[in-house]
Amino acid sequence: MAKKLIELIVNGEAIEVAVNPRDLLVHTLREDLKLTGVHIGCETSHCAACTVDLDGCSVKSCTMFTVQAAGSEIKTVEGMAAPDGTLHPLQEGFREMHGLQCGYCTPGMIMRAYRLLQENPRPTEEEIRWGISGNICRCTGYQNIVKAIQYASDKLRAGEGAK
Amino acid sequence: MAEILDARLGDKLEGDKLEGIGCKRKRVEDIRFTQGRGRYIDDVNLPGMLFGDFARSPYAHARIKKINKASALSVPGVVAVITAEDLVPLNLHYMPTLAGDVQAVLGLDKVLFQNQEVAFIVAKNRYAAADGVEALDVDYEELPPLLDPFKALEPDAPLLREDIKDKADGAHGSREHYNHIFTWTAGDEAATQEAFANADVVVKEYLAHPRVHPCPLETCGSVADMDPVTGQLTLWGTFQAPHVVRTVAALISDIPEHKIRVIAPDIGGGFGNKVGVYPGYVLSIVASIITKKPVKWIEDRMENLSSTAFARDYHITAELAATREGKIIGMRSNVLADHGAFDACADPSKYPAGLYHICTGAYDIPAAFCSVKGVYTNKAPGGVAYRCSFRVTEAVYTIERMIEVLAAKLNVDAGDLRKKNFIQPEQFPYTSAFGWEYDSGNYPTAMAKAMEAVDYDGLRSRQAEMLEDFKSGKSRELMGIGISFFTEIVGAGPSKNCDILGIGMFDSCEIRVHPTGAAIARLGTKSQGQGHETTYAQILATEIGLPADMIKIEEGDTDTAPYGLGTYGSRSTPVAGAACARAGRKIRHKAQMIAAHIFKVHHDDLEWDVDGFAVKGLPEKRIAMKDIAWAAYNNVPEGMEMGLEAVDYYDPPNFTYPYGAYFCAMRIDVDTGVCTVDRFYALDDCGTRINPMIIEGQVHGGLTEAFAVAMGQLISFDETGNILGASLMDFFLPTAVETPKWETDYTEVPSPHHPIGAKGIGECPHVGGVPCFSNAVNDAFRALGGTHTHMPHTPANVWAYARSLGLVEG
Repeated sequence: MAKKLIELIVNGEAIEVAVNPRDLLVHTLREDLKLTGVHIGCETSHCAACTVDLDGCSVKSCTMFTVQAAGSEIKTVEGMAAPDGTLHPLQEGFREMHGLQCGYCTPGMIMRAYRLLQENPRPTEEEIRWGISGNICRCTGYQNIVKAIQYASDKLRAGEGAK
Repeated sequence: MAEILDARLGDKLEGDKLEGIGCKRKRVEDIRFTQGRGRYIDDVNLPGMLFGDFARSPYAHARIKKINKASALSVPGVVAVITAEDLVPLNLHYMPTLAGDVQAVLGLDKVLFQNQEVAFIVAKNRYAAADGVEALDVDYEELPPLLDPFKALEPDAPLLREDIKDKADGAHGSREHYNHIFTWTAGDEAATQEAFANADVVVKEYLAHPRVHPCPLETCGSVADMDPVTGQLTLWGTFQAPHVVRTVAALISDIPEHKIRVIAPDIGGGFGNKVGVYPGYVLSIVASIITKKPVKWIEDRMENLSSTAFARDYHITAELAATREGKIIGMRSNVLADHGAFDACADPSKYPAGLYHICTGAYDIPAAFCSVKGVYTNKAPGGVAYRCSFRVTEAVYTIERMIEVLAAKLNVDAGDLRKKNFIQPEQFPYTSAFGWEYDSGNYPTAMAKAMEAVDYDGLRSRQAEMLEDFKSGKSRELMGIGISFFTEIVGAGPSKNCDILGIGMFDSCEIRVHPTGAAIARLGTKSQGQGHETTYAQILATEIGLPADMIKIEEGDTDTAPYGLGTYGSRSTPVAGAACARAGRKIRHKAQMIAAHIFKVHHDDLEWDVDGFAVKGLPEKRIAMKDIAWAAYNNVPEGMEMGLEAVDYYDPPNFTYPYGAYFCAMRIDVDTGVCTVDRFYALDDCGTRINPMIIEGQVHGGLTEAFAVAMGQLISFDETGNILGASLMDFFLPTAVETPKWETDYTEVPSPHHPIGAKGIGECPHVGGVPCFSNAVNDAFRALGGTHTHMPHTPANVWAYARSLGLVEG
């Protein structure tokens, strides 16, 4: 199988990567680009531990071929903190509100919440619950994940107001 | 400086600058997990690493006629194909299970469940390995499968285990049939019989606890690296009990234990799934030995759900005997346990049914007897404790359902009936009919607090109104009130009761305090999300007076951590947490001697005050722990060793008995079977509360898993043995939308025998939650002739039940 050279923008950086046509995006991110914050939980797009942000959409990277992502702009949890290391309000919120336990779903949850808050900067609890309903968490019972996203929503909007 | 420190700690303080016991300390682990810097098993990558994948049986019961390796070996990238025949010379085609049975590592001449491991394909990457699996050519001859455990012991039942067919004795006594594993009894049969003979009222019910799966979000996996030069094996893996894995590896191989290093990296949830030893672990090691390269094995989700570690599958017939006033005088239960093709239950050696004999629950029942019979079927092995101490969910389900059945029979309130039968506070320590010594508790107080919080009488009034509306045709909804008052038995355990493969179930902690007053502590347990790095440091902060932030906690590396039996059965806090406190006290004792030497006073003239020692009556003569740490490396009393280190191996004198009172208010749409939880209140008593934030999180998570088990989870099979629940399309994992909102509360009765009074919490909400949901569903139908309907309470099942009671037309 001849490899294809693919261009991607990952966490703000333009990169080229050679992949087999059948390589899944999650494997390219994890194994070629060493972005191991992207996790695999089911390989059937049910659990969403593999969620990344791709061209402004939440995408389950376990069921997308890397070649389908050619030319795309991708953000993973590794790209969430500011260059100076300041955590994104979602990262802070998950810790402050105890929104994680084993941490396995967390990167996918954070990436989904990141897009949700752009779609809807001020979601109600119910909107958050529906908004993350494609992501499975086995540890927390979601209650504190909802609070973590509310925390980030509040903080992001307070930041907007200050500008 | 102090002000700055106070400001920085701010709301985290809760009166404790050290962030010790009782503080809602934010989790240390979260710093890496929120940034994608956790290191889970699939993140372990070594130079030259190969990838292994299993070819699995498509049949539940079949003879393997022939395996043609050539078809797989010709696939580009495939390096090796390992079958059982390759394992026979190594005597590794079977491995011992924790339950005293053996399990096939690869099927030799037979396969006994669908998706059983048949061959291990080793390739340069996971894609090539999958191609190899696809290409492997195996000839099978199908055999009739045995799926119904009730038919396992029939005279003409299919013979499953040809390897042990003539074995008259199993690990737990004599076998009555080739598909029989054990029959185990506990309690006083004669006394119980007498109680039943004298009873005014007897109730009997069949309670099925269906097969489910812990299904952590991360599946199981391992990476084995056998160094061909040094003979050193390093094995990374999803191990809840890494030291046990090391010992098992040494026992079944020729590799001496000191040349085996087992490392459990971050674990993405366990819930019992990662206690056992699986063929994948063994094959990754064998493949590394054969190929002289590191080999990784990672399960996919379907493999996880279909081959590693089911839970439950208990078929319980239970009876209660009572006086007409509602005093329970006897309990009897008879269990048929479906163990699948191999007995791979993870229980303490002595107890093939785990701690099922905690089934008298929170009640003072003078006579009790139980009998559990284990049988083989053509299903995956397992029988793990899914977020509970060994078989305790099954036990608590038995008593908490039966007390509701009795309440219905007596036509009394189920809450009142519980109160009438509680073990009273003055009866502790209380010895149950099965001989367990309950350490402490105040059940009436917890129940009263919970009933008041939920406005129990108000709920019953609302339920009666809804029932009237239903009967009069105004509404098609019913209301159910679920109650569960449970007692757990956790912290396995005292070595007089508990061992795994002959090793007592102690746990351990080793602390080193560095000269600058920072420290590292290592423990024999292994967190899978429970937050050990955070909470153990809190215990130590209180015990040794150093800030929790200055104490690093490490687990999971058998080369560095002291020997321990791992994390499951809510044993980390009760056992390793105790070792942690005791090791801390040894540090403090030595520090006191050093402080006495510095002040030139007798050590009894010093008193401990949060983070240092002061001379009694002379508060200006005070030395902080941080400064004592420095002195430990340059100024110790004559004859004392330098340094400030301690180790403690803790063999607990007893189990701990956390308990709780749970209430659920549920609405049921009779025409669709849809159940809606309107309110769920959980009061837990786990003794001393180390980190209330983490406790609350554990309760939320456990309740969510209980909700899943009671309302939807099921691993089922069709008549030929095809597994029907092996993907996340079929197996119910609640999302944020289905999951109810949780209210938590507590009382705090410390354990009298635990050094800091803690009892464990992680599994209580699962154990208490499952019967609570099930009771709510059943309670809704009580006034309409319902006695018991089985889990899972899916809409289809609830609708069918309503129909069977004549409540739905058609």
